Amino acid sequence: MFDGLKFRNISSPMHRIDPRAKFIYVLTLFVVAVFFNQLIPLLILFFSQIPIIMIAKVKKEWLRLIKGSSFFAAIIFIMNVISLHFYSSYSSFALIIEQASAMTVRFIVLVESFSIFFLTTSPDMLGLSLEQMGIPYEFCFAFTTAIRFVPVLAEEAQTIIDAQRSRGLDIEGGNLMKRIRNYIPILIPLIVNAIRRSLELAEAMESRAWGATKKRTTLYVLKMGKRDYCLILTSTIILAVSTYIWLFIKIPTLTQILNIES
Amino acid sequence: MINVEDIYFTYPNGVEALKGVSLQITDGEFVAIMGQNGAGKTTLVKHFNGLLKPTRGRVLIDDIDTRHVSVATLARKVGFVFQNPDHQLFSETVEDEISFALKNFGFDEKTIKERVDWALNILDLTRYRKTSPFMLSGGERKRVALASVLAWDPKILILDEPTIGQDRNQKERLRQFILQMNHQGKTVVIVTHDIEFVAECEPRVILMSDGRIVADGSARNVLTNPDLIAKSWLLLPEITSVLLNLNNLGFPANVMDVYEARDLIIERLGWDRK
Repeated sequence: MFDGLKFRNISSPMHRIDPRAKFIYVLTLFVVAVFFNQLIPLLILFFSQIPIIMIAKVKKEWLRLIKGSSFFAAIIFIMNVISLHFYSSYSSFALIIEQASAMTVRFIVLVESFSIFFLTTSPDMLGLSLEQMGIPYEFCFAFTTAIRFVPVLAEEAQTIIDAQRSRGLDIEGGNLMKRIRNYIPILIPLIVNAIRRSLELAEAMESRAWGATKKRTTLYVLKMGKRDYCLILTSTIILAVSTYIWLFIKIPTLTQILNIES
Repeated sequence: MINVEDIYFTYPNGVEALKGVSLQITDGEFVAIMGQNGAGKTTLVKHFNGLLKPTRGRVLIDDIDTRHVSVATLARKVGFVFQNPDHQLFSETVEDEISFALKNFGFDEKTIKERVDWALNILDLTRYRKTSPFMLSGGERKRVALASVLAWDPKILILDEPTIGQDRNQKERLRQFILQMNHQGKTVVIVTHDIEFVAECEPRVILMSDGRIVADGSARNVLTNPDLIAKSWLLLPEITSVLLNLNNLGFPANVMDVYEARDLIIERLGWDRK
């Protein structure tokens, strides 16, 4: 599932867009998804992202993400059905199902928009745009380094688990206390290695004169182009239109359209 | 006995690491699995103690299908020493580190003490008994990791990249040690890039490339075959390379032992051996 949130280093029109413009776009999707709680607009929102995903050439990762989040989606759906059934005034079962589906689709849209951003934005570019927004370099660097080391740590954790299982450690077995104790042989090497690595990183940075000058220049300078402004404009239009619909138009439910009443 | 029957393995991220591997390793054999990075060596040996289960095909350890038993059960028979000792060391003392697995396998106090003493002694670690493994040098940490696996006396021993970060002396001691274990009847499987080390050990060599086995035979036959070695992105052992370059003087192309090469050269020069 985490693969769906990890930067995929390929070239596509979506990858070349300025992170700031992309961020505005994703934020718009977020806001619109939170605006509506009816199934139809949320479905439209969900499907309208598919062309973008095609353009960004990340279909495989996106599908994997959807598959990975289906477990949480199922939980959200079931919880919604249960709570709507007992604690709401919805009379028909079809409506309850529709409402629960809407909440589930909303969750998927939120995950989906996140993934579009992270799949197509390299941590470097992210750091660069933070920097150009005036955030001190130390913070940007710490932020991008943290992001970059997540997959490394995940991989390392897996190796450590394998190594300890090879020595007869049974992670799943025993009562709660035993289970917690079982994690000690995994956490200690993981933490020790993380600290060791951070010290090495600090030494490597110092030997490359990190912080030698107050004013840093960068090899790449982010500059908004025509496409970036286009995306921002599109986002603004989407936001405006949805606000209008949200305020003035009553959206029918699918149940009404299909005329299912039970 | 390890029986690998036409296995395929695909990682969750979609990488197909093994594409139809069949293999038999009998008891008491000494095998080196070689190949470039990403050839599938480590993936293959992780199937031997059940850490990975084949997507297709099956692996039998002494006629037990690895898909049907836990890693802990298999580990009792198949000891796996990981490449990087830092991925397993966590205890306060070397002694505790070695007894960790013994406790997991449910040995009694007395046996644990005996086994720990034995393992410390055989790997020359007795003076570090009460030392924290984190205070030791890289080579020593590697030895502690090896001791912690040897302690439960597994029938099959798998060593992933045992020579990385070891100096010449330590490598020679490791070689003696492996041969000794092998003579005592243990099956030893090493995964390595270190062709010189393998040339000195002369085990059975299995060459892998792109998820398949491309060669399987004696070290002498596999490692002195320039075509095979080039295809696997390895380099010939130095001695083989030297004699191969002297081919036009009539030297054979399949030598990888220093002493054998010396004898051949002396003979060629017509010197008297004294």
